[in-house]
Amino acid sequence: MLLKRKEFLRLGSLASTSLLMPKFLKAFEHAEAVPPRNKVLVVIQFSGGNDGLNTVIPVTNDIYYQQRPKIGVAKSEASLLTTDVGLHPALGKLKSLYSDGSLSILNSVGYPNPDRSHFRSMDIWQTASNSNDYLTSGWIGRYLDAQCKACDKPTQALELDDVLSLALKGEQQSGLAFKDPRRLYGSSSERYFRALSAEHHTANDEAVDYLYKTMSETISSAEYIFRQSKAHASTANYPDTTLGKDLKTIASLIFSDINTRIYYVSLGSFDTHVNQNAQQSRLFTEFSDAIESFTSDLKKNNRFDDVLIMSFSEFGRRVAQNASNGTDHGTANNMFFIGGGLKRKGLLNEMPDLSDLSEGDLKHKIDFKSVYATVLKKWLKVDDRLVLGQQYNYLDFI
Amino acid sequence: MLKTNGRSLASEISFMPISLQQKNQHLLWRAGFGPEISSAFEFNSMKTSDLWRKLQTDSSAQPQMIRVTDESSGVLGNLAKKKLDGENLQLTKEERKKIGEGFRENLKEMNRLWLSEMINSKAQLREKISLFWHGHFACRLVNSNFQQDLLHIIRTNALGNFGDLLKAVSKSPAMIQFLNNQQNKKLHPNENFAREVMELFTLGRGNYTEEDVKEAARAFTGWGFDFNGQFVFRKFQHDNGMKTVLGRTGNFNGDDVLNILLDQPQTALFISKKIYRFFVNEKINERNLNEIADVFRSSGYSIEALLDAIFSSTWFYAEENFGSQIKSPVQLIAGIRRSLPMQLENENVQLLIQKLLGQVLFFPPNVAGWPGGRSWIDSSTLMFRMQLPLIIASREVFQVQPKSDDDLNMGQAEDRSVPRANRPLRRDAKADIQWDKMISFFEKTQRENLLQEISKFCIQSLHPPGSSVIERYTDSSSRESFIKSAVINFMSTPEYQLC
Repeated sequence: MLLKRKEFLRLGSLASTSLLMPKFLKAFEHAEAVPPRNKVLVVIQFSGGNDGLNTVIPVTNDIYYQQRPKIGVAKSEASLLTTDVGLHPALGKLKSLYSDGSLSILNSVGYPNPDRSHFRSMDIWQTASNSNDYLTSGWIGRYLDAQCKACDKPTQALELDDVLSLALKGEQQSGLAFKDPRRLYGSSSERYFRALSAEHHTANDEAVDYLYKTMSETISSAEYIFRQSKAHASTANYPDTTLGKDLKTIASLIFSDINTRIYYVSLGSFDTHVNQNAQQSRLFTEFSDAIESFTSDLKKNNRFDDVLIMSFSEFGRRVAQNASNGTDHGTANNMFFIGGGLKRKGLLNEMPDLSDLSEGDLKHKIDFKSVYATVLKKWLKVDDRLVLGQQYNYLDFI
Repeated sequence: MLKTNGRSLASEISFMPISLQQKNQHLLWRAGFGPEISSAFEFNSMKTSDLWRKLQTDSSAQPQMIRVTDESSGVLGNLAKKKLDGENLQLTKEERKKIGEGFRENLKEMNRLWLSEMINSKAQLREKISLFWHGHFACRLVNSNFQQDLLHIIRTNALGNFGDLLKAVSKSPAMIQFLNNQQNKKLHPNENFAREVMELFTLGRGNYTEEDVKEAARAFTGWGFDFNGQFVFRKFQHDNGMKTVLGRTGNFNGDDVLNILLDQPQTALFISKKIYRFFVNEKINERNLNEIADVFRSSGYSIEALLDAIFSSTWFYAEENFGSQIKSPVQLIAGIRRSLPMQLENENVQLLIQKLLGQVLFFPPNVAGWPGGRSWIDSSTLMFRMQLPLIIASREVFQVQPKSDDDLNMGQAEDRSVPRANRPLRRDAKADIQWDKMISFFEKTQRENLLQEISKFCIQSLHPPGSSVIERYTDSSSRESFIKSAVINFMSTPEYQLC
């Protein structure tokens, strides 16, 4: 038997407008003061294990071309940064960012005893754990725990996705995931849910109260995000791709006075076992087109200095190509940092040493947790040890 | 009853005593996957202790193996034969792809079949405790043959002796492969299994040293599996030297080390604690815990004795344990389907739901299993949980999409250049719900008590949602519509996430 949604969620005759404007919304009439020039981090996750060696290419290294006879990128095709280093041709648009000092590249980032499972290695990056530890909270979630004790809405960290990543789940606080502010608002603002939320009185029952708190925070955040996304919506042109739309949403929110400090977005799949060049080119085109629009939008609105974009992937790929013109799972990788507030620019460290490998894989030189520590301490101004559980060395690019 | 803190006093004043129905449903939700509508009438009026005996009896038979028709094992079998015939074994790309696709299809099928057992089987207790062990001996592995064998080991030993279960799991190709014991050899010990067997399967962190791990790893050298997926002891890879593990010294093999671990009282305590958190309450009551751990130890690790100590106790039925648990996604899906029998047009939609809610059978996040409790809940999962009954009842299409899984896609992820709308995604949750049993379950209920009774059937929390909100959004045009819409509305509440 087919039943219509409205048969369940009939708008009862008793429902009046006052019930539709629940108490918690009033909180936003006195929204928290957001500091001007709020520093924002945008994390871009390259899912699937991006091949770092064809991203930042050692164009004069013989070993590179010996190991990659079919998929090596010729010096003449690469977008050269220095005489020895070039970017993948599809990343050509990043070169102007490099030239004006708003792109830095960190090579050989990884962790000891690397794991080659996508899922596991992604968990290690997202939870900032050692490879033999299993943490159930993510580093951004623990940032919220440390930072957000009194926050009345979980909008300090937002993910552009339908499902929230482990990275944004804390012990106490979690970020919020949505693909589209309007849809988030639509789905959470069912009158029925609002009524449940508005008419719930604390039950003195931890489990029930916890769920109601999560629900009402979601409903109120959804409305908050939706309003903010419209308040100063970006008018710039962005490419009609998923990442392009996501970055446009993020730009609109940055221009509003929302209290968000971290945005999280993914691009993939970079799992290029077969015919790598076509797939990687397509993804890098999506990436660089979207980044070009985003950075020029930020510049035009005078916010480029307040935004740090950071890219990472769960692992790099093996130095040698495989038999299918692709590459298999590897270890250490490079990261991009883009923004107007970088202190050190360009290539931050030497290129990976292709003559010193561990069973065909790059050795990591920098623990990714040092990168997190640096970003937490120097950019987000929070005690990184509270988030990471121990002290890691700081880097000097910000 | 003497209670001093304000919370208990307040709740005793404002709430009615717990009814037999609530008590029995509490047992059915915890020892199984919730009340089944067709037997609800009979079960609700039984003495709780009789119901517990019935659950035990219904789970006493050995389970049928969940076996999926298997394309890939044919390929593997041919390869094994080639190997035996001395042929050089190199999988071609096509063979690898075919095996991978076969495995993935098999795992989907196994997921569906096992979930169907949880929903339909009389052996509720066995399937529930099996789900616990499935998370305890968590194994994330694409090889569906290995997963199939491991699940069978778990389901057959689920209520038996923990020592037998531990040994069988430790020797399963699934665990040997997942925790790298295949690579654990005399000259190159691999400590992965030795570490996890102590940290996660028996003792828990802090109850062994790094030295114990190293020494135990030597005892497990030589444990492996052959091409047919059978356990083998490769004696030339085994380290025959003396080892010292947890204070005992000898030329131990793997079984010896497992016996040493089972000799530790800490193992009984560690397992009891995890069982307590899964079946009773995330918050541990030390007195209750020690009580069941004693039973577990003195019974020589009888799992059924341990569960009997819980479900026969009086404290299990204490107020603080009602509705205190957040249902896992699998429990939520199975629970809905037990209350609302339905035909799903697209059974695989259940995998999509599992994925969106963060628990896919056979894909635990890592060897530590699903963390459970509040980790099931974030903004997205809570709102999706609350929309789910409505989406099913009104045959809608999910507007949300799970993250892709690169371990599963193996480099063949959907081509993003194909416009999203053209991709073959089946996200429709079309279901035919058989409402007749639900309607007749409330046949004798007076109209004025109807909402209250529906609430009692759907909600285990002692703090149910306010009836005025539910009533306002419930369709009262006929008795039948009232029941249907009230059931769906109660299922779409935060309280329904609890049991």
